[in-house]
Amino acid sequence: MRLMNSKPSRGMRLALNLLPFVILLIIYTLASDARLLENPSDKLLPSWSSFADAVQRMAFEPSKRTGEYLLWVDSAASLQRLLLGVGISAIIGLIVGVVSGMLPLFRATFSPLVTAISLIPPMAILPILFIVFGLGELSKVMLIIIGICPILIRDLQLRTQSLPKEQLLKAQTLGANSWQIMIRVVLPQVLPPLVSAVRLTLGSAWLFLIAGEAIAATEGLGYRIFLIRRYLAMDVILPYVLWIAVLAFLMDTILRLISKRAFPWYHGRGADAHE
Amino acid sequence: MSKAIIEIKQVWKEYGDHVVLEKLNLNVQAGEFISIVGASGCGKTSLLNMLLGTEKQSRGSILLDGKPMPQEPNATRGIVFQKYSAFPHLNAIENVMLGGEFASSPLLGKVFGNERKKLHEQALEMLTAVGLADAALRYPSELSGGMQQRLAIAQALIKEPRILLLDEPFGALDPGIRKDMHKLIRELWKKRGLTVFMITHDLSEGFSLGSRVWVLDKPRIDPHQPERFGAQVVYDIDINSEHKLSHSIQSLIEKQQAAKVAV
Repeated sequence: MRLMNSKPSRGMRLALNLLPFVILLIIYTLASDARLLENPSDKLLPSWSSFADAVQRMAFEPSKRTGEYLLWVDSAASLQRLLLGVGISAIIGLIVGVVSGMLPLFRATFSPLVTAISLIPPMAILPILFIVFGLGELSKVMLIIIGICPILIRDLQLRTQSLPKEQLLKAQTLGANSWQIMIRVVLPQVLPPLVSAVRLTLGSAWLFLIAGEAIAATEGLGYRIFLIRRYLAMDVILPYVLWIAVLAFLMDTILRLISKRAFPWYHGRGADAHE
Repeated sequence: MSKAIIEIKQVWKEYGDHVVLEKLNLNVQAGEFISIVGASGCGKTSLLNMLLGTEKQSRGSILLDGKPMPQEPNATRGIVFQKYSAFPHLNAIENVMLGGEFASSPLLGKVFGNERKKLHEQALEMLTAVGLADAALRYPSELSGGMQQRLAIAQALIKEPRILLLDEPFGALDPGIRKDMHKLIRELWKKRGLTVFMITHDLSEGFSLGSRVWVLDKPRIDPHQPERFGAQVVYDIDINSEHKLSHSIQSLIEKQQAAKVAV
């Protein structure tokens, strides 16, 4: 049988899914053991027990200096910034994208501006943000917004414009005005694409969040990683990175489930398969 | 003779130097079923767009009930396209209720309570009339092609438009289903006294459904400048009174088309 035609069974697929992770863990353990055997105070590849100690220290014991449970304080601060930035971007993206997708006059005015803004690398204007908005929360949230908002606006505008024109004509022959078409025909149909667009931009949002925190913050996941980098504390950095990945995965999964639950017509049988 | 519902007077349609339609002079009475046939690219769609209001004629005038045709689609003219006519995010009955909701709720486009109940009843009645009562809660993506077209017809008819435009409504359907749809549309037309314009490139469909057939073609052709002259209604055939004649003309048209294809 050709390779392209052989498919794994259910159990085999699960095993294959896990295989790379298991291999990575084995390689790490071997490499870590080898280094620690040579130099017990090596910091680059900590042993599993020092990971456990670090997690215990960061998550379940109050910090000696501030009395806070650092991992949770950092997570709360980062998530708040991330959700604010992504939430505000999604709302702006939805409104501006739909309006400029629907109204040629608005599009002619604002579309080139959005394109121009989207071409500026957000990290390049981070100093400007710190100067204008100070070193507080606002500048970090703004960085996320400036980073992902243009992408969301452009995506939503394209989604709106790619609705079949037959639908919009039909709605007009049913007596609808522009506003009614916007809220009853266009808006509900671009909500599922908005959720997918947000899922795709979450990666960039994390990037901008951690970059912002690395430069100016007093708590946050990105702040902590860059702070303890000075002590080569890999036993803390690696669990933090893993934790960020878990949070990102959870957010993505939650958005996917919300979309499936809220928009059955988009994911349903017979519809073009949207994941 | 009663007042015509649609009057087309000396209408030309041009895109720059390209003449698409010329010298159209036609009157349509309420209750007529007009089939518009012709080769592709002969201006059928331009004519339909002018009736719908998405395109404006270059010269002449088109009157609806004696008044100039509104230059924008509105509820006086219903339309069914070949596809994409139903809204995928609403189930069948919501699709049919939407027209009523637009009319009674300018701000939200959505009604609640008793008003909703009333609209729901009307919509269910309409769905029953097109044979979709059992599928009222299904989304368009869960309906077959024929059922989607039934839905689109119900959606348009609930607004009781002055004229109903059908843009190759059955072109994407299987032959068997198409027969069922012909039966349905003929029934609705007779029962409700609709005025229908149907574009089709299936001649036999045009002749079997229409009470009148317009054949669009170019009577004059300049071989060096094919865009110089536009298409006209070369045959305006009243099916009811001249049923026998129509067959001879039909064979004539078919011969003509076959000859064109051969060239």
